[in-house]
Parts: sequence; structure tokens; C-alpha cells
Amino acid sequence: MEMYRSHVMVCRGTGCTSSNSEQIVKNFEELLKQHGLENEVVVERTGCFGLCALGPIVIIYPEASFYSLVKPEDVEEIVNEHLIKGRVVKRLLYAETIENDTIKSIDDVDFYKKQVRIALRNCGVINPENIDEYIAFDGYKALEKVLTGMKPTEVIDTIKKSGLRGRGGGGFPTGTKWEFAAKSQADQKYVLCNADEGDPGAFMDRSVLEGDPHAVIEAMTIAAYAIGSSQGYVYVRAEYPIAVKRLAIAISQAREYGLLGQNIMGTDFNFDLEIRLGAGAFVCGEETALIASIEGERGMPRPRPPFPAVKGLFGKPTILNNVETYANIPQIINNGAEWFAAMGTEKSKGTKVFALGGKINNTGLVEVPMGTTMREVIFEIGGGIPNGKKFKAAQTGGPSGGCIPMEHIDVPIDYDNLIALGSMMGSGGLIVMDEDNCMVDIARFFLDFTVDESCGKCTPCREGTKRMLDILEKIVEGKGQEGDIEKLETLANTIKNSALCGLGQTAPNPVLSTLKYFRDEYEAHIYDKKCPAGVCQGLAKYTIIEDKCKGCGICAKQCPVTAISGKPKTPYIIEHEKCAKCGVCLEKCPFGAIIKA
Amino acid sequence: MKTLKELEEIRKRTLETINVRKDRTGTRVVVGMATCGIAAGARPVLMSIMDEVKKNNLADVVVAQTGCIGMCRLEPIVEVYKPGEDKVTYVKVTDAKALRIINEHVMQGKIVEEYTIGAGDK
Ligand SMILES: Cc1cc2nc3c(=O)[nH]c(=O)nc-3n(C[C@H](O)[C@H](O)[C@H](O)COP(=O)(O)O)c2cc1C
Ligand code: SF4
Ligand code: SF4
Ligand code: SF4
Ligand code: FES
Repeated sequence: MEMYRSHVMVCRGTGCTSSNSEQIVKNFEELLKQHGLENEVVVERTGCFGLCALGPIVIIYPEASFYSLVKPEDVEEIVNEHLIKGRVVKRLLYAETIENDTIKSIDDVDFYKKQVRIALRNCGVINPENIDEYIAFDGYKALEKVLTGMKPTEVIDTIKKSGLRGRGGGGFPTGTKWEFAAKSQADQKYVLCNADEGDPGAFMDRSVLEGDPHAVIEAMTIAAYAIGSSQGYVYVRAEYPIAVKRLAIAISQAREYGLLGQNIMGTDFNFDLEIRLGAGAFVCGEETALIASIEGERGMPRPRPPFPAVKGLFGKPTILNNVETYANIPQIINNGAEWFAAMGTEKSKGTKVFALGGKINNTGLVEVPMGTTMREVIFEIGGGIPNGKKFKAAQTGGPSGGCIPMEHIDVPIDYDNLIALGSMMGSGGLIVMDEDNCMVDIARFFLDFTVDESCGKCTPCREGTKRMLDILEKIVEGKGQEGDIEKLETLANTIKNSALCGLGQTAPNPVLSTLKYFRDEYEAHIYDKKCPAGVCQGLAKYTIIEDKCKGCGICAKQCPVTAISGKPKTPYIIEHEKCAKCGVCLEKCPFGAIIKA
Repeated sequence: MKTLKELEEIRKRTLETINVRKDRTGTRVVVGMATCGIAAGARPVLMSIMDEVKKNNLADVVVAQTGCIGMCRLEPIVEVYKPGEDKVTYVKVTDAKALRIINEHVMQGKIVEEYTIGAGDK
């Protein structure tokens, strides 16, 4: 292999690809060839670096220059200046890496400083379509260690001792799950990977598959050895074409190298993997629904027990783990259970990847040790709230979770603390809300999502969530009545206790947690007919300020329901009973004479 | 199918070429060693740099060689990469210049301005 003096890493994650990073790769390749540099400088397509909002991202080693918002036409300058003359193009550097005109290493930038990358360790560092690069950074070393020197029970013990818990939402101890399946006797067992990633705010599983697919393959093979399985399936949503393609390439390369298939690494252990595409229904991420879907049935949950570890895919003992859970496994085997268990809190070990979204400066993917506080994640790594606005709450756990208000922002993040606060870890979506967000509207948004995604199999979920949504819609439209809050609470508790699967059982959480921390906002909507954040259109009141109105009549012409009247040159008036609250008048008034309250 | 030995070979070989992406803690001193560089006397320069690094036990300093850097008339060229800093390119390096570069720039962090490419251009 050639020795290259410079490595140009261009992000080909989903975010950067959609902002045209493939053209950037092509421009680099072409210009390097023109300058005869193709044997000195290598261009690699990598997975996500985590700062997707600032994409396309290009990193050039060995300087580790972090270029952000790169456009295809910028490539020429980077080649001429950086790669030929050795001068970093400061204009294009990620602004945070420049301080007082000197360039900081990316490891010293706030966004990366507190991160500990285990699941994401290879994302953005290797070319995921080249198995050799994965192998170079200790890839398939854990598998070798397991196949040539460990008994299945020793593997399970290591995972148990590490304290690893499922990253897909529930936080079930991974080693214990494997142990159940290992103890079940059967002629065939299955190892499944959940890459359905249903939480609309999460994309870490996609990023791992796009940036480091071999880590998942290696981990599933180790799991198969531990429980005694020879066949695995990765269930990926079809909306992740780049992830599916990279995974397919990785599987075929692993087969070529004898790391999947018969007699892996020359031992008598056999294991192979196939990809199954999911249509992207949220409920298909639930384990029994996912299994039904792989079997070719409709993706609907069934009651447990029996648990999949006893009776899973095709009626055989099966384990299902999340992508991020698997991504930790090779590291744990290589570095030991103690290494992993040294990170995190008492009952939540290791790290967790969060997808930061909403009202936060650095939207993107971050991986932090368990026990990091929400404040550190949002204000230090995430760079705080844009436009000087005030933080209100952070939603974790997506549609199954709840919100964490300012008063709990210093709580160390782990599974148990989040549950105690009425939220949950979920898959790691973290949506930040500021003073301009209405918490009732947020609850309505999430419930609307679950009502849409309910599979309809059981009544509490199918009917109950819809009734809750009806009440919330009434409230945000200004038609809330006394007793609505209590009705919501009763319904929520019934659904939680009687729904068949996790989707229904957790659907009321966003409502319950906003009620717990922001009850006053509900009350303002119901009793004062006011939306304190000014979000709910139905409660908005448009008024013309007499002093400012020039009587031009523009608003009256634009109003779709002729709610505005007046005589030219005198102040106009809005009839509140007629007003449909469309906001058009406010937008059109040339003198700023209309306000919304 | 690859044997375990072959996998280990792939690992070592590939790591050498891509380790710069992960290991950014040390300083890298890179000498241009293509035909033009060697003709211009790059080999003795490389040797004295390696000697000096060994003599001073600079464990976190990596000495590497690279192909033509594209400025043959300025060979031998030595590039110094310190983590978090711009690359510094020294041109027309001799044994004696190399010793100063290691002692002053690599060990004490003081760039030897008069040997850099910028100084040559002026
Ligand atoms: C409605 C619903 C949706 C789910 N969606 C996902 C998902 O998208 N990805 C995932 O890994 N787990 C999801 N889960 C959790 C899975 O049922 C299962 O617990 C998990 O994949 C097990 O892996 P883990 O132990 O590694 O977390 C979902 C659960 C429910 C109830
Ligand atoms: S709780 Fe909802 S999603 Fe789950 S089985 Fe019942 S209806 Fe379907
Ligand atoms: S908000 Fe719309 S409906 Fe109401 S007065 Fe203005 S233009 Fe008319
Ligand atoms: S558009 Fe503005 S200024 Fe003109 S009549 Fe309406 S409120 Fe008055
Ligand atoms: S997709 Fe490029 S940084 Fe995330």
C-alpha cells in the first residue's frame, strides 16, 4: 500500500451527501490528478463526523484541519493552498478551531473536547468501504480473541461484567440477554440487529452503519459465537440507502476475508448475515413486531412472554440488539470489561450517543460518558441556545420519552436518572426547546406521531391515544375546559397500564412529563385562553395598535374572512369573533401596527 | 479467506499508512524522499534527523518520508507537523540545518524562520 503524505477525508454521511459532498470528492480527485499528486494525497469517503449542520465537512490529515461548509468550488483553493503549498485555508476552517488567529486542534474544540468516542470511534476516520482500514484500527481483533481463546460463557461473562445495557431504548443488560439465549436449547438460534431507528430525532444508528459497518458485523459474529447461532439478520429501514449499501459492501468484504461464512478464521465456527429492509413503521422497531416483519408477516407486536430469547424468529431462540449496543462490543472484548465499567455511573456504564436537535447551536451527533450532565451536553458541547434565547426544556427518548426542565439540568444523564425524572434514555434523540416553544404543543406533536404510528392491535393504544390527542387539540385551539387535565391523566394511566407493547405503554409520557413540569402552561391555555409562548395560533389575539395604524387598509384587503374594517386614514379594527387567526394581516401591515398576543 | 497471519499483516501495513488520522499527539517530521529529493541529498538529512531524534529520546516524534512534495528546486525539504499547528516547511535542508530544526523547533517549539519556505521566497 502507498504511503500518502496527506489524507483528505470527505464526509459521505447522509447529511453531507445531501449537501453535495460527492461532488467535492470528485473535484479533489480530478484536481489532484491534474497536479500529479494522486500518489501523494489520498481522498477517502468517510462516515459522519457529527457536525452535520455545518456540512459538508472535509478533514485533512496529518494537520487534522477541520473544514466546514465546503462547497465544490472551494476544492481548488484547498488543493492549491493546503495540499500544494502547505497553507491551511483559514477562511474555510470550522470557526471554532480558530482562536485569536491561531489554529486549535479539533480535539480542543468544545464540541469534541468532552466527547469520548467508542461507538463512533471510526466514524469519519476510516473509509467504511475498505475493510483493511477497519482492520488497521484493531478491527476483527476482538473476534480473533473470542474465537481462538475464549469460551462462549467467558464472552457472556465479559459483557455482563462490563455493565453494557441496551442502547435501543429499554436499557436491558446485554450480557444477561445473551445468557438467556445461550441457555435455551435449539438446533438453530438467531442474532438480530435493530437498525429500524424509529425515533424521528435520532440518527446515530444510521451513522454507525454508514461510518463503521464492520463494527456491527464483528459484534454480531461475537454474539453468535456466545449464544451458539449460525445466522443473523440486520433489520434496516429502507429510507437509509447509504447505510444499506455500505453494510452490503462490508458483508461481502467480510465474506471474502473469511470473517463471515463457513469456518471463520479457520476455526469450525460458522456464521452468516443477511440484510432485511423495513418499511419504516415506528412499531416495527419493537422486538416482536420486528421479528414478525422478518418472518414476512405484518409488523405487529405480540404479547411477551415468551421472550425472543426463548421463542423468537421462526420460533427459535433469538437475541436482538441495537446498532449502537453492538458497536461497543468489540471494544469491550479488546479492552476488557473493567475498562468499560470504569466509565459512567453506578448502573449505566460506558458512553451514550446523542443526536442534538432543535434550538441548539451545534446540531449533530455527540458521544459522551454516561453521567455527563444535560448542562454539559447542551451548553458546552452543544454550544447553547441560538439567538440569546432562554433554555426551557430538553426532550429525551423521542415520542416515548419526556422533557427535562431547567431545574434538573445538572442531573447526570443515565438510564435510571432519566426515568426518575419521568423521561427515558430512548435511543438518544435530544431535542432542545427554548422559551419560544409551547410545551402543550410539543406534547401534541409527539402524541400526533404515536397516534399515526399505532398499529391498531389493542384498544387502549388505538382509541386511548386518539382521545388524548383530541383533548390536546381542543386545548391548543383555545377550546379547553375544566377537567381536561384530569381526563388526560386518567387516560394516560390507563394506556400505560394496559397497552400491549412499548409503543402504547410509553405514548402518554410526553403528556405526563409536560404536565409534571409545565402544568401552568396547560392551565394558561385552558383557563386564561392564552398560549404563554405565543405558539398556538388558535389562542392568538391579533390587535391593531391605534397609534401606529396609518389607515392604509391593506390588512382589510388581505384578510380572508373580512374580519378587519375601518375607514381610510383612520385606525382600523379587528373583530375578534370573526378573526380566523391566520396571521396574514400582521405579515402584510407595512407599518408594524398589528401585534399578536 | 485470510489466515490470522495475513490479517495481522494487513493490519500492520494499513495502520502505517492511516495512523496519522488517529494518532495526533506527537510531532511528525517528514522528509521528501523521491528521486529529486535523494539527488539533492535528502538521505543524509533523513539519517541525521533520525540520529538526533534517537539521541534525545524523543519518543513521541515520528520521522517519516514522503514522495516528491512538488517543489524539486527547493529539495531537500523537511516538513514538521505539530498537533494543532500549521505545518512548517523547511527547504534546502542540510545536516546542520536539520540539527537546528530538531533542537529548536521540534524540541523547544521555536520555528527556525530563516530556513522556512516563506523565508526562501522573500
Ligand atoms: C415502539 C417501539 C419502537 C422501538 N424502536 C426501536 C428502534 O428503532 N431501534 C431499537 O434499537 N430499538 C427499538 N425498540 C426497542 C426494541 O424493542 C428492543 O428492545 C431493542 O432493539 C433491544 O436492543 P438493545 O437491548 O440493544 O437496546 C423499540 C421499542 C418499541 C416498543
Ligand atoms: S400498544 Fe399500540 S402499537 Fe403496540 S400493539 Fe397495541 S396498538 Fe399496536
Ligand atoms: S389574523 Fe387573519 S383572519 Fe384574523 S384579522 Fe388578521 S387577516 Fe383577518
Ligand atoms: S395595514 Fe396596518 S396601517 Fe394599514 S390599516 Fe391595517 S393596521 Fe393600519
Ligand atoms: S453527515 Fe457529514 S458530518 Fe454528519
